[in-house]
Amino acid sequence: MSSGPWLEMQKEESKRMKQFISFIRKEFYHIFRDKRTMMILLAMPIILIILFGYAITTEIKRAPIAILDQSRDEVTQKMIDHLSASEYFELYTMVNSEAEGQALFRQGKVRLLIIFPAQYASSPDASVQLLADATDPNEATQLAAYATAILSQVKVETINSPLSTATAITPVVSLLYNPLMKGAYNFVPGVMGLILILICAMMTSVGIVKEKEIGTMEVLLVSPMKPVYIILAKATPYLLLSLVNIATILSLSYFLLGVPIAGSLTLLVSVSILYALVSLCLGLLISTVADTQQAAMLVSAVVLMLPVMLLSGMMFPIENMPKILQVLSNIVPARWYISAVKDIMIKGLGARAILPEISILAGMAVFLVALSVKRFKIRL
Amino acid sequence: MNVIETEQLTKRFGTFTAVDHISFSVGEGEIFGFLGANGAGKTTAMRMLCGLSTPTSGSGKVAGFDIYKETELIKRHIGYMSQKFSLYGDLKVWENIRLYGGIYGLPEKRLKEKTDELLRVLDLEHERNTLVDALPLGWKQKLSFSVAVIHEPRIVFLDEPTGGVDPVTRRQFWELIYQAAQRGITVFVTTHYMDEAEYCNRVSIMVDGKIEALDSPAALKKTFKADNMNDVFRALARNAKRGE
Repeated sequence: MSSGPWLEMQKEESKRMKQFISFIRKEFYHIFRDKRTMMILLAMPIILIILFGYAITTEIKRAPIAILDQSRDEVTQKMIDHLSASEYFELYTMVNSEAEGQALFRQGKVRLLIIFPAQYASSPDASVQLLADATDPNEATQLAAYATAILSQVKVETINSPLSTATAITPVVSLLYNPLMKGAYNFVPGVMGLILILICAMMTSVGIVKEKEIGTMEVLLVSPMKPVYIILAKATPYLLLSLVNIATILSLSYFLLGVPIAGSLTLLVSVSILYALVSLCLGLLISTVADTQQAAMLVSAVVLMLPVMLLSGMMFPIENMPKILQVLSNIVPARWYISAVKDIMIKGLGARAILPEISILAGMAVFLVALSVKRFKIRL
Repeated sequence: MNVIETEQLTKRFGTFTAVDHISFSVGEGEIFGFLGANGAGKTTAMRMLCGLSTPTSGSGKVAGFDIYKETELIKRHIGYMSQKFSLYGDLKVWENIRLYGGIYGLPEKRLKEKTDELLRVLDLEHERNTLVDALPLGWKQKLSFSVAVIHEPRIVFLDEPTGGVDPVTRRQFWELIYQAAQRGITVFVTTHYMDEAEYCNRVSIMVDGKIEALDSPAALKKTFKADNMNDVFRALARNAKRGE
């Protein structure tokens, strides 16, 4: 007799499992039958990777430059050769006066103007003037930095008289982890952060709100299925789908863009699942606020996508932001995820190094679950 | 034996009393019409009975279970069909049946039998693999009702189940309701079609959150000296203060 209640419980458990499976099956039907959404879901990571990898690039390649050479000596000639041979610059034209160079700037023909002073070679202290178009400040700094690097290298090589270099300290900068300064190392983690939040949060919130809109949510709530299971069942397919997307992104970035995966793949996937959970909770929270699918979509776009693009460090470095935005960026989950992914993928660090990121993401997940479950109950 | 019993059941939202001390009971196998104008409090009352909303005061039992403490048990013994219609349009007919069968925990074998029987009764055997979206509204409603009672509940709640269809289709829908009632399923139905009110065993009419009349259609017509339920309803609803 004593096994009675236990058997009962087991039966109950298997019933719940059956409920859950029927429900997940239904969710997959929804996803697979909506061909358009399906296409978007699967094609989005591919398009984003290609877009960021080839079209939207912050790397400098063949920037047109103009040079005003008032010295015309061996050294400046060598510098000019080096500049035009580098992959960063392309010599648009030599100019004869500063005014001529300025005119080219205004027409948008060149992005950098380099002016060598007269008798440059014989006066090692004379400085080269670099004029860059600072309407895009990031690019201007980068252009100037690249040009300076090339110029000083030539200078060291040619004017290598013990007199002049003995006093000058030339810093040797070596770039760690990303020696080629490839943008892909930065945006691949960013794209992962973006895709996961889009699929998990947006699709979940739209999915739940859709059931509210067509009236089936009411029927489900009257059914013996527990609300928690309804939500879990709604979220599971999107979690699986986002894993597929992670795999797509990682293979594309590895094989197509040559981004290495230096650290543990298991750790990378685990962190991604944690971040996906945070995103799912955000989606759930949105579904308790929004009443129509359009509203859910809009809220997801504004509340989730923009911060991920702007505040996560994906496109703009957090350190360069105004203080208030830096503080704000702390509550953007993508910021922590992207940082963790970079550490694992690019630097090859282990779990201990990304402990802060993991704990922050886990904390966010717990907080959001509590909040949305509370809100979900109130809505009933 | 009564399957629904309420005593002074009340629901307030802030200072607004949506349902105002209603007491009534519904017997086993009865078809009970729950009438009232929009905003009279029908939906709120029904939500309390289904365990979706906690009453402010009063007491109630559904299928023998307490509406405060035993909502989980209530949910297992009732069926529900909403006015917005309860099926998934992008799922096939049999997939919808299997989904709800699964949610109500029907064993695989029983579900199979039930599905075949249901399709035969509805004459939908050829539409087994049709997406529900492609069915005419009348068929969708019939299917929706059959799915709502697939687990043979004690009571089925129907919230304006026949909105938007013609009287002939409504008549066919009611055939299904009678069949269910004959099997012992109690039917609790809200409607604003007065021809449907005539089909019920007993009818209650809610005005401004209170039940103003409760009796069989014939007795109500006699009391209010009216030829049909429409006039009975008008006579009562005339005094309503709440609008839409």
